[in-house]
Amino acid sequence: MTNFIKTAINANRKAKGLEDMPAKDMLKMIREKAELLEIDRKFLSRSLNEGFSGGEKKRNEIFQMAMLEPKLAILDETDSGLDIDALRIVANGVNKLKSKDNAVIVITHYQRLLDYIVPDFVHVLYNGKIVKSGGKELAHQLEEKGYDWIKEEVEA
Amino acid sequence: MELKDKLVSSFIAFENTVDVDAAVHDVRNEAIKIFEAIGFPTKRDEAWKYTSLNRILKHDYSVFPKQENAIEYSDVKNYFIHDIDSYKIVFIDGKFSSNLSQTTHDGIDICLMSSALTKPKYQPIIENYFNKVASKDGLTSLNTAFSKEGAYIHIPKNKLVEKPIQIIHLSTGNEAALMLQPRNLIVVDENSHVQIIERHQSLTANPVLTNSVTEVFADKRAIVDYYKIQNDKEEASLIDNTCINQKRESHVSMHTFTFGGKLVRNNLNFYQNGEHMDSTLNGVTIIGDKQHVDHNTLVHHIEPNCESHQDYKGIFSDKATGVFNGKVVVDKDAQKTNAFQSNNNILLSDKATINSKPQLEIFADDVKCSHGCTIGQLDESAMFYMQSRGIPKKEAKALLMFAFCNNVLGSVKVPEVKQRITKIIANKLGVNLGFDL
Repeated sequence: MTNFIKTAINANRKAKGLEDMPAKDMLKMIREKAELLEIDRKFLSRSLNEGFSGGEKKRNEIFQMAMLEPKLAILDETDSGLDIDALRIVANGVNKLKSKDNAVIVITHYQRLLDYIVPDFVHVLYNGKIVKSGGKELAHQLEEKGYDWIKEEVEA
Repeated sequence: MELKDKLVSSFIAFENTVDVDAAVHDVRNEAIKIFEAIGFPTKRDEAWKYTSLNRILKHDYSVFPKQENAIEYSDVKNYFIHDIDSYKIVFIDGKFSSNLSQTTHDGIDICLMSSALTKPKYQPIIENYFNKVASKDGLTSLNTAFSKEGAYIHIPKNKLVEKPIQIIHLSTGNEAALMLQPRNLIVVDENSHVQIIERHQSLTANPVLTNSVTEVFADKRAIVDYYKIQNDKEEASLIDNTCINQKRESHVSMHTFTFGGKLVRNNLNFYQNGEHMDSTLNGVTIIGDKQHVDHNTLVHHIEPNCESHQDYKGIFSDKATGVFNGKVVVDKDAQKTNAFQSNNNILLSDKATINSKPQLEIFADDVKCSHGCTIGQLDESAMFYMQSRGIPKKEAKALLMFAFCNNVLGSVKVPEVKQRITKIIANKLGVNLGFDL
C-alpha cells in the first residue's frame, strides 16, 4: 500500500514539476492521515487490494484520497455492497477531508449514504443529462417519492 | 560457403591447436562425425518447429578469432554484478582474460576448461564427467567437437562457496561476425553449495553467434543456484545447451532471464538420478521488436519421491515471438513424483506471438503432475485504477508487468542479482520505479 501511495504521490509531484517527497515527510503524512481516518498501520504494509474485505478496501480508498489530496474526487457508487460500519468509515473520511479547496462528486442510488455525507448540491441524471438540481432536500424528496415524478416532468 | 561446411572443414585447422593424442580428442572426433551427419536443425525437426536458424546462420562467421583483444575493466564494469565480491571467469572472444578474472585453486577449483582438458591433475574429473550428461544432438556435438575453452568449476564435498561465481563471455566485435563455442563443466560434490551467474555480452553491433554447452553435476545433497542473464545486443544470438545431472537429495535451481539478443534458444535438461531431490526451472522473458526466444526444457523424473517446479513468465511486444516447449517425463518407477509446470504469457501487441507447448509423458500411476499455460493481455481495469490515481500509463504498465514477474524475481537468492535484474527490466520498460521490489 505505502509503495503504491508513494508512487502515485511522486508521479503527481513530477507532473507538477516538483521533486519527490522526502521519505521523512512521506512517513509523517502517512502517520497523520492513518490516525485521522482511524486506519491500523498494519494495513499499509499489505499488498494493494490483496486479501482485503469490502470494508477494508473502502478504508484503503479513503486513505488514498487523504494522501493524494485530489482537487476533485469522484466516488462512484461507493456505498454498494457495504455494511453500515463500512459506510460510516467512508462518510467519516469524506467529511474530514472536505474543504473549500476541493470537491467530491458522490454517485449513488440510495439516500442512506447521504445521511452521513450531507451534500451541498444534488443533481439527478436521466438519459445522460442532468434533469433536476437542488439542495439536500431534493435527496429527501427522492427518497419519499421515488424517481417517476421527475421522469414525468421531463417527458412533459 | 555454408556455415556447416565451413565448420567441418575448419576442424582440421582446429586440430593443430589441441593435443590430438589426448583421450578427450576421441570424444571430439566422434562429435564432429555426428555434426557432419546431422548438421544444424531445421523447422522440420519437431523440437525446432517454431524456431528457424536460417537468418542467423547466413552470416560469414569467423570461427577462430584472429587476435587477442584486451579490454579495460572500467569499460565493461556494468556487465558484472559489481557490488558483490565474487569469483570471475571472463573470456574475451573465446580466450581467457586473466586481467578481468578472479580464479582460485584454494580448496576449490574455479578455473579454465583449457587447463582441465590438458593438465593431468584434472584427468579423473574429466574422465568421469566430461561429455557424460550432454546431449548427442547436432548443436551439442558441434560444440563438443570444438571444445577447448570455457569455465571449469569443481567444488569438493562439504564446501560452502561463500562468494558467487560470475562467468562472463565478452565479444569485442573486432571480427565482422564471430562464432563462439564455450564449453563449461561444473561438478559439485556431496553436500556442497555454490551460486553461479553467467552472461554473454557483445560490445558492438556486429553479429555474434554463441553455441554454448554447460554440463552440471550435482552430487548428493548438493545445492546449486544458477542464474543466466541474457541481455545481449540486437545482433547477438545465443544457443544455450545446458544439461544437469542430479543425485539424491540435491537441490538445483536455474533462473533464466532473457531480455536481449536477436535469437535466443535455451535447451535446458534436468536428469533426476536419485530420490528425494528437487529441481527448479524459472524464467522471465521480456522482448520486443523482432526478437525471438525459445525455451525448450526437459525434466526427467527417474526415481521416486522427487519434485520439480517450472515457472516461466513471458512478456512479448511489437513483433516479438516466443516459444515455450516444456517436457516432463516421469518413468514407471518414479512414484510419488510432484511435478509442476506453469507458463504464463502477456502479449502487448497484435503482432506478437507465443507458441506454448507443454508436454507430459507420465508412466507412473501415483504422481502429482500439473501443467498450466496462459496467454493474455494486461488488465485494463487495473491500468485504469492506477492511472486514476495519477500514475502515468507507462509506469502503470510497468508496475503490472513487474507484478506479473514477481514470484520468479522473488525466488532469486542473491539480492544483488535480483536488484540487477530489476534494474534491467526497469530500463527495458523505460521507467524509473521509486521503490525496491
